[in-house]
Amino acid sequence: MSAEVVVKAGLFDCRDAFAATLEAMAAEDPRICAVVNDSVNSTKLKVFRAKFPERFVNVGIAEQNMVGVGAGLASAGMIPFVSGASCFLTARAMEQIKVDLGYARNNVKLCGMSSGMAYGELGATHHSIEDFAWTRVIPNLTVVVPVDPIETRAALRWARDYDGPVFLRLSRLPVPELLPADYVFQPGRAITMRDGIDVTVVTNGILVCRALAAAEKLAQQGISVRVLNASSMAPFDREAIVRAAQETRGIVTVEEASIYGGLGGTIAEILALEHPAPMKILGVPGVFAPTGSAEFLLEHFGLTADGIETAVKELLAGAGAK
Amino acid sequence: MNQRLRQAAAAVRIHALEMVHHAKVGHPGGDLSSADVMVTLYLAVMRLRPTEPTWANRDRFIMSKGHCSAAFYATLAEAGFITKDMLGTFMDPLSKLNGHPDRNKVPGVEANTGALGHGLPIAVGCALAARMQGASWRTFILTGDGELQEGSNWEAAMTAATYGLDNLVVIVDRNRIQQGDFTEKTIRMDPLPEKWQAFGWSVVEVDGHDYDALREALAGAPREAGKPTCVIANTVKGRGVSFMENKPEWHHGIPSDAQLAAAREELLGSAK
Repeated sequence: MSAEVVVKAGLFDCRDAFAATLEAMAAEDPRICAVVNDSVNSTKLKVFRAKFPERFVNVGIAEQNMVGVGAGLASAGMIPFVSGASCFLTARAMEQIKVDLGYARNNVKLCGMSSGMAYGELGATHHSIEDFAWTRVIPNLTVVVPVDPIETRAALRWARDYDGPVFLRLSRLPVPELLPADYVFQPGRAITMRDGIDVTVVTNGILVCRALAAAEKLAQQGISVRVLNASSMAPFDREAIVRAAQETRGIVTVEEASIYGGLGGTIAEILALEHPAPMKILGVPGVFAPTGSAEFLLEHFGLTADGIETAVKELLAGAGAK
Repeated sequence: MNQRLRQAAAAVRIHALEMVHHAKVGHPGGDLSSADVMVTLYLAVMRLRPTEPTWANRDRFIMSKGHCSAAFYATLAEAGFITKDMLGTFMDPLSKLNGHPDRNKVPGVEANTGALGHGLPIAVGCALAARMQGASWRTFILTGDGELQEGSNWEAAMTAATYGLDNLVVIVDRNRIQQGDFTEKTIRMDPLPEKWQAFGWSVVEVDGHDYDALREALAGAPREAGKPTCVIANTVKGRGVSFMENKPEWHHGIPSDAQLAAAREELLGSAK
């Protein structure tokens, strides 16, 4: 699927779209409820709590219980949006996510807030750069990384209508609106944010706008870059990757996550099995991040327009003639 | 009623031992300790429609000690959710009767358990859902006692008390034995009633093999309005088969042909 990319003025915290959409859906549907682990402020669900106190459950600082409670609510016909910082939600409750959601196929929507390195200087305890690797291997679990407020809204509405467990990986870092207002989320589809013929950059979440900026700079130097928004981490759009490998000279993946087992790993698996092609994987290279703000850390690991530009050029230099 | 329960419990125990003997895998000690609780719940307490297993107003039962699946499946067969023929496929290749229950494969199973400490949070979610929906059905959950060493139970216990879930009943199969040894020689659980009381629950201790006491405790919940109920069922691991009783090695011991025959004879005698 293709989307005409229009960067509108301003930057947005996707949690605002998350909270407003959840409130709107709860007003429409009595099955919608929210479960949090004391994270009332960091999920921006204070208004939800005030509007729907009987459908707001705060289990306290207890993530295993939070996910299990979600499973129980879902098994009895509710549609729980289980929300907390992604680092604790995924790591602390991994077995509940595997068994109570994936294996049991309970209709729970996990909303992992402030994922990646959004918590910056709070340190590695609060970074959630392992969650791609952990969640994408769980059968039946759909993993979605919205790129902007529009995709956040679309993914939430899709998740409400879909009967099965979903992990929405959200951020607090400001992003521009990139998708058209009438955008509809589809699982298993990568979105072509910009077409190109030399190199494909595959990324998602807060890094898509940086990839687009890199593509713009490279275009001015005569290098044509295709940018794919892989917002659906699981299921994954294998076809779009094979097509990119066939139609461009290689693929650069960029993720706010460990380079092991995440977006780059997914694409390496696809290429190795279906269409080997030159590749570069940008992300956090198997280390715990040092102290610094989120922006500092993104720069530190080369997850910037400049870093992506360099990686594209290196890939082209090493790829040889097409 | 007690005679019916006694006969059903004997049937559950015999089926469970036959299933474990057939599969050469299983947890007979806990199957036997929990059988009386199970048949009391399914035949005398819970509001169920076995021919309509997803009936919206059914009481929910969560088998948190999923390793005692043989007793669970045998009880579901006694109650009419599955056929007794199906029990003969226990743990066979591609059988619906996995070693630990799968709600997507077996009618009457509400949760995929087997990893310990998962049931109580799920049960709390069920009880919250009933409240949100204004529904009158109740949620029952059976846990092991060793299982309570998993911290997630106590997270959920605090939530249930804080939310005043008096539509929730946890039954602890207090057989005092876990895989490796007696619970009190492993990680002390006593004083268990006081622990639950301190967490804000209404607690009652019963002989877990006394049908009258079980029925009164289970059907009579909640004993205190606004509080979840904990029924500590004092049981004997391996109950009903003299050579298995109160022996840690029967946690997951597998009976030989001769042991199965002897156990069957003893259990048939007890059902008369």
